[in-house]
Formats: sequence, structure tokens, C-alpha cells
Amino acid sequence: MNATAWLTQFLEVIAALALAPLFLGWVNACRAWLQNRSAPSLLLPYRGIRKLFHKDAVIATGASPLFRLAPYVVFGAMVAAAAIIPSMGTGLPFRTAADAIVLVGLLAIARVFMSLAAMDIGTAFGTLGARREMMVGFLAEPALLMVIFVASLISATTALPLITERLAAQTPALYPSLAFTAVAFTMVLLAENARIPVDNPATHLELTMIHEAMLLEYSARHLALMEWAAALKLFNYACIGFALFVPWGASLGGEAGLAELAVSIPALALKLAISGLWLAVIETVSAKLRVFRAPEFMASAFMFAVLGLLVRLLLGA
Amino acid sequence: MTPWDSPLAACLALLAGWALVGAAGLLRPGSTGFVSRLLFPLGAVIGLALAVVAAASLGAPAERAQLLIGLPDLPMHVRLDALSAVFLVLLGSTATGVSVFAAGYFRKGEGTPPGVLCIQYHVFLASMGFVLLADDAYAFMVAWETMALSSYFLVTAQHGIPEIRSAGFLYLLMAHVGAIAILLSFGILQGGTWQFTFDAMRAAHLSPTWATAAFLLALFGFGAKAGLVPLHVWLPEAHPAAPSPVSALMSGVMLKTAVYGMLRVSFDLLGQPQWWWGLVPLALGLATALFGVVFAAVQTDMKRLLAYSSVENIGLLFTGIGLAIVFHGAGMDALAALALVAVLYHSLNHAFMKSLLFLGTGAVLHATGQRNLGRLGGLIHRMPWASWLTLVGVLAIASLPPLNGFVSEWLLLQALLFSNEVPHPFVNMLLPLGAAIVALAAALAGYVMVKFFGVVFLGQPREASLADSHDVDGLEKAGLAFLAAGCVVLGLFPTQVIAGLGQATRQLIGTAPATGSAPWWLLTPLPDRAASYAPLILFAVIIGVVAVTFLVVRLVYRRRVRRAPAWDCGFVRLDARMQDTAEGFGQPIRHIFGTFFAIERELPSPLDAAPRYRVIVGDRLWRALYLPLGGVVQRAADSVAWVQQGRISAYLTYSFITLIVLLAVML
Repeated sequence: MNATAWLTQFLEVIAALALAPLFLGWVNACRAWLQNRSAPSLLLPYRGIRKLFHKDAVIATGASPLFRLAPYVVFGAMVAAAAIIPSMGTGLPFRTAADAIVLVGLLAIARVFMSLAAMDIGTAFGTLGARREMMVGFLAEPALLMVIFVASLISATTALPLITERLAAQTPALYPSLAFTAVAFTMVLLAENARIPVDNPATHLELTMIHEAMLLEYSARHLALMEWAAALKLFNYACIGFALFVPWGASLGGEAGLAELAVSIPALALKLAISGLWLAVIETVSAKLRVFRAPEFMASAFMFAVLGLLVRLLLGA
Repeated sequence: MTPWDSPLAACLALLAGWALVGAAGLLRPGSTGFVSRLLFPLGAVIGLALAVVAAASLGAPAERAQLLIGLPDLPMHVRLDALSAVFLVLLGSTATGVSVFAAGYFRKGEGTPPGVLCIQYHVFLASMGFVLLADDAYAFMVAWETMALSSYFLVTAQHGIPEIRSAGFLYLLMAHVGAIAILLSFGILQGGTWQFTFDAMRAAHLSPTWATAAFLLALFGFGAKAGLVPLHVWLPEAHPAAPSPVSALMSGVMLKTAVYGMLRVSFDLLGQPQWWWGLVPLALGLATALFGVVFAAVQTDMKRLLAYSSVENIGLLFTGIGLAIVFHGAGMDALAALALVAVLYHSLNHAFMKSLLFLGTGAVLHATGQRNLGRLGGLIHRMPWASWLTLVGVLAIASLPPLNGFVSEWLLLQALLFSNEVPHPFVNMLLPLGAAIVALAAALAGYVMVKFFGVVFLGQPREASLADSHDVDGLEKAGLAFLAAGCVVLGLFPTQVIAGLGQATRQLIGTAPATGSAPWWLLTPLPDRAASYAPLILFAVIIGVVAVTFLVVRLVYRRRVRRAPAWDCGFVRLDARMQDTAEGFGQPIRHIFGTFFAIERELPSPLDAAPRYRVIVGDRLWRALYLPLGGVVQRAADSVAWVQQGRISAYLTYSFITLIVLLAVML
């Protein structure tokens, strides 16, 4: 394990922490442009988080310690997840400790704690949000796992950095199985990050909320951590997508030097810029589903992923 | 052979110790203090000793003995090998936690007097231990039936309640249908030698047809005990009916004796299983896992919810068994060892997690007298110890890293992922799809557990009476803490646990998961596949990030915390009835998996003066399979009922005719 590997690991976590709000701001700005609105500042998410950190917290009288613990756990899980995902380089020191299944487990920790915290005070909206979040989650989680499995079958490993290396080493042919799973992954990404068509991040109508409904009782630093964690989650998902479907540009292998790392940083920025725009396009052209229809959306994501697996197994493609 | 130099003798002595502790309960049957403050802790000590002795025996060669008890010419054989030892560790360690809890739990005036409960409980424990040690069909069946009967009496401890009596009857019925199948399986396994020792069965040569028949009968018999679909119906009735420590033992340990039996028959007694046998438990296991977890999600009784969750876990275990048989039959022993280790690991994990959760419900039940999720809530404020310790079990069973449930799920998924290398066309393409079902079941388990914990312990109390519920006492706390610590330790040190479990897989299939040259903290079950997991590092990273974040936030932004009424978007008249109910939380599942259920709904019209909303979620299998079957049995019984005249002269005539027929046949 050389110094570059540790540097890559360090840079990846720092980049995730620093760039996640920017990525969210970029998606929001693209959305505004596509919808013919003037865009808010790209730095708006940072300002929001900063403002929240500077406030006194108000906590409901009926809140238990779990409610105050949850933001830290959710945030911690997201940072740990960022350390697994090879967004810049694959020679990560952390890669033996946790594979892609652990990554799915980390996302599950965040979801479970967020839902439990939402049920903690016992408000109507909080429990409603928790129920919906778990409903989306129990279909999205296996779909994500299936997506990862298809890539694992192609590259014969479950370690995400190794998957990236092996996929990048192959000739850039189009795997039909990966095409199916890419569709599934995009749907999972939209659903898990509370984007349209499953949830609307900009909604002010509580009855249609999923993610926001769970955060209604949070304020100040706790809310800041939750918001930051949500931005990190979107960033992480985007980077999982890059690791599985566009592995090129990342510095590959444990022996990669500083030059490769220097290349991988603009490559990551480019990928993020394009994927943010793509996300904004999808969100602009689709309409929000009724909550009752969301399971169908998630079930089709799961089916797409299983279809990808079947294509891989039956045709070896 | 003395208990000091022979682990087998030590185990037998400890089992006898359990029986003696139980019998001692009869000295002062009415005294709760004597039974719960002396005998149950003593039983816990024996459990711990049993776990230690069995764990220490793990590397040693198998040891066997003949007991002096038994029928003339039919002595009982016992044997302690690695497989038995693994399950004895499971039994001993789980019993330790449960007995310590039970010492604080059993109180006056609940059905069966404490002394009688004590003997039933300890005979139950001893018989489970004896099942694991038995080395002939006779000893096995005696222990198996003792286990079934003692647990029947424990289930019906509160026999004053009609539902509990009928749950007990159903349990006894299914236990015996299963036992008959196991007996028949042993009958085939002896292969015409009429020797019923397990050694004779290992040596017997069966034709493939008979071997298949023996396997399927064993699957039926042990499946009935484990609660494999469609033989699961007794489980959600019997487990909630029993007192909580007994539910914990039944779910945590007794179901695992069925797993033990299945492993013993498939890999040890039958010798080389055929690969396609594995497809049967695999398919049934996957169906069971999905079925169990979907039903768990819609339950409104907290113990029934946990019972259905046990059905799910049994499904995962049988999936693993099936997978191991397929791999082993196909000659892929490294993967077979992985699948088997996943089964053994998950057995151990589930024993700890499920016992912990059932004991948690016991604590709630004592504090509130409620099992109905609709009348609980907010207990984390009143019962912090019980809540936080239960939370460990909840997170573990939702298979979240770095706790123990995740390790076995990880192993099982790894095994399923490589099942595309099985050298049989079509099968190798379908097997990895099992991973999709396992993943779905695991994600649904998270849903179920959020519902369980959220509705019982979080939110506002749904009843005013919950305000004066009390937390667990010292012994109960110790029992819960022991099991919770087990969940954490099993999660953080998988390499060490697998080294122990590997002894059992080596005995069954000749290989153990390789450890390669990996350091002690890194789990690499298949060194050439580059799949690894280091829970300690992961745990340290998460704790580190959480701690650093906490310190930074607190040191940099020194802001105060103020308490205020819940905001709820400005709504002021918030009350407990506005929270999601258990029915509400299950609604998406009812909606999505509607075809699984037989749903009866009663929806009030908007004009009703006294509206009543009722929804009953039933089991389709009960109506499609059990009720017709029960009808057939009833009709068959009716059609021969005329034989029973109730007049002594008729019965004398029957005896006379029987005698004549027998004489005619004999002569």
C-alpha cells in the first residue's frame, strides 16, 4: 500500500464531503435552466448547511436520544460509503475491508436510522414518511444489489474497486446485461435520492413527501447533517454509477501514480457535470408518480435488474 | 471416562445437571423465589459451562460412548463430534442468556406453578442437548419426543386461555406428523440391516431411490419442526402463546435442532448426497423466506411478527442447506463449505438475535401486559435498557453491518453469487436468481424490524396506561445484555467464528473455508475470488466518523438545544392516534403482495354512525391445504366411528374376533 493509495483514499472522502453539496446545486441549477427559470446559485446548498449549523437546535419534547443520534449515524454511514466507492482511483486501502454488499448495507443503515428517527416523535407526517421510505427502500435495495451482482458476475468479484478495474480493462463493448442494469440503476438512483418521479425534493405539500416528511422535526445542526448526508448520498450514487458503467478515467490499480490521480480528478468532474445534467433532464421530462404507483416503479427497477442478471446468465453477454 | 478428561462425559453430566435442576423445582413448587433466584441462575451457569466445554472440544476427534440406560438389547449411543459441538455451543450460550433473563421473568400467578415450569423448562433444555448428542435412532427419537412434549407443556403454560390450548394442540399435532416422517426416514436409512445406530446407517448402502425417499422424508420431518412452508402453520400460533423465555428458546434453539437433524441426515448419514436433492430445500427455503417476511410485515401482534420472522430465517437456512447439497453433489467443495458455514453461522446468529428480540417482547409484555402493537409505543422513554438492547437485536436481524446478521447474509450471498458455476445446464442459470429473493427477503426484514421497533418503542404511547410501565430488573438486563453482546461479538470476529465452524464442515464434507494468508481481522472465505470483509475496520471507521463529526460540530458550533412541543407543520392538536399504526405500516406490503394473503376487510361507509374498520389478514395455505386436509381426516374418522358402539358386548366381540384372526394367522 503506497502513499498514492492513501492520498487517493483521503482525496476521495474529502472530495465527496466537499463536492456533494455542489453536485446537488448543479443538478438544481440544470433543472432550473431546463425549466426556463433563472437558476439559484450553485453554492446555495453550502449556504443552507452553513446557516443551519449556526442556529440553536429545537428538539421536540417527546424526542428520545435516538433522534439526536440518528443524524450522526446517517452522516457517518454516508462518509464510510464514500470511502468504499472508487470515484477517483481503485487502489484504495479500504477496499479489502468492505465490498459492494457492505456498501448496500451501509446505505441500509442510513435508511433504517432515518426511518426510526422519523418515528421517534410520533407525528403523523414523520411516521408516514418512515413507512414510505421503507417501502421505497425494500424494493430499491435488492434492485441495487442485483445491479451490483451483474457487474460482479462479469468481473468475478464483489469488491467495487476491482469491478471497476476489470470492467475498465475490457474492450469498451456494450454488454446488454449492463444496459438493462443501467436502466435499473438509474431508477434506483432516482427513487433512493427522493427525486422525481418517486418523490419531489422541491415539494411543500406534506402529504406527498417521502424524504422531507422524515426531516420535518429536525432543525439546526441535526438538519444540516441530514441535508449534507442526503447530498452525499446523491454523490455516492452517482459515483457508484460511474464505477459500474463508466469506469474510464479513474486511476486504476494499486500501482497507479500521481499522474493518473491528476487525470482522474478532472475526469470525475466531467462525469459529475454530465450526469447532473442527465439527471436534470430525466426529472424535467417525467412527472411525479402517485405514491401508490411508486412500488410499481421500484418493482420495474427490480425486474430490470433481474432481467440483466438473466441476460448475463443465459446469454453470457 | 470422567467429566474431567472427556468432553462427551462433561456434556452428558451437564445435561444431567439441567435435569436435576429441573427436578429440584419440585422440592418447593410454589416458591417463586427459590425457583427463579436459585434454580434458573444455576441453569444459566450450566448452559455457559456446556457452551465452553463444547467449544473446547471443537478441534478434537469425535468421541462416542454407550449409555447404561435404555431398553434391554437396545442401549443408547451418544457421540460428540464437531457438528454436535457447534450446535451444543449454540444451545449452551443461548440458554445462558435466556435463563438469566428467565430468572427475573417468571413471577407469581401465571398459569403453571413455577416449580413445574422449572422442570419443564430444564427438561426441554436437556432434551435438546440430548438430541444433539444422540448416535442412534432410538436415542434420537426419545430425545426428540421429550423435546416436543416438554415444549408443548411450556407452550400451554397459560392453559386457562382457549387460544393457547388450541395453539398447543396444533403444535403437538405437527410435531408428531413430523416425528413420524423422521422415524420412517430412519427406517429406510438402516438399509435392511435392522441396526439403528447411526454408524450402521453410515455404513448401509442404499439404492438411489431409497436414498431419495429417506432424504425427502427427513426433509418433511425436520421441515415440519423448523416451520418450512407449507408446514409452518403451527409456528406463528405456538411461539406467541408460550411465555417469552420459552418463545426465545423455541425460536432460537429448537428450530435449529431441525437444521441440525437435516445436516446430520443429508451429509453424514446419507453419505454422498445427490446434487439435485439440494434443489428441493433450496426452492422451499426461498419460498419460505419470502413468505415468512411478507407475513411478518403485516402482523399486529409483536410476538407473531417475530414468529413469522423466524419462518423467514428458517427459509434462509434451508436455502443454504440446499445450496450446500448442490455444490457438494457437483464436487465443488470450497463453495459447499462456504454455503454450509453460512448455514451454521446464521443458525448461531439467529439464536442470539431472535432470543434477544423475544426476550425484549417479554420485557414489554411484563411492563405493559400488551402484545398488540396497536396499544404500545413510546417505551424507549420508560424502558431505556430494554429498548436499547432490543435495538441491537433489531439492527442485527435487519442484517446491517457490522452486526452478526450481516455476516451470514454476506456469506450466503457470496455462495449464491458463484452458483452459476454449477456444471448443470439451466440450474446454473436459475440458482443465482435465488440471490434476488434472498436480497428481497433481507430488505423486507429491515422493513419488518423498523415497524417492530418503531411501533413498540418509539413514538408516543398509544395507551395512557403505558406511562407507568417499568424497565427490566437486574437479571433481565443481564440476560438481554449477554445476548446483545453475543450479536456484536459474532458480528465483529467472523474469522474466529468461522475457524470454529469450519471443524463441522470439515467433518461433513471434508473441507473448511480456506483462510489463506489473510490477517486475523479480515474475512476472506474464498481467497482466489477477491471477496473480503473486515467488520472491525468498518466498525472503527463508522465510529470514528461519527465521533469526529460529533466533536467538530460541538466544538466549532457551540449552539444550545431547546426543547419545544413537536412542530408537525404547525399542527397543534397532535395526539398518539395520529401516528401510523401497525396496520398502517403494513399497508404497502398488503398492497404489493396482495396475492399472498387472504384478506377480509370490513370498510365502514361514510354515513355509518358508529364506523368500524376491520381487516383480517389470513394465510391462504391454511384454507387451501389444512382445512381440506382436516376435513378429509374428519370424514375418515366419521366413517369408521360406527365401530365405537359404547357397549361392552361390542368391544368383547371385537376382541374375540381379533383373537380368532390372530390365531388363524399364527397357526
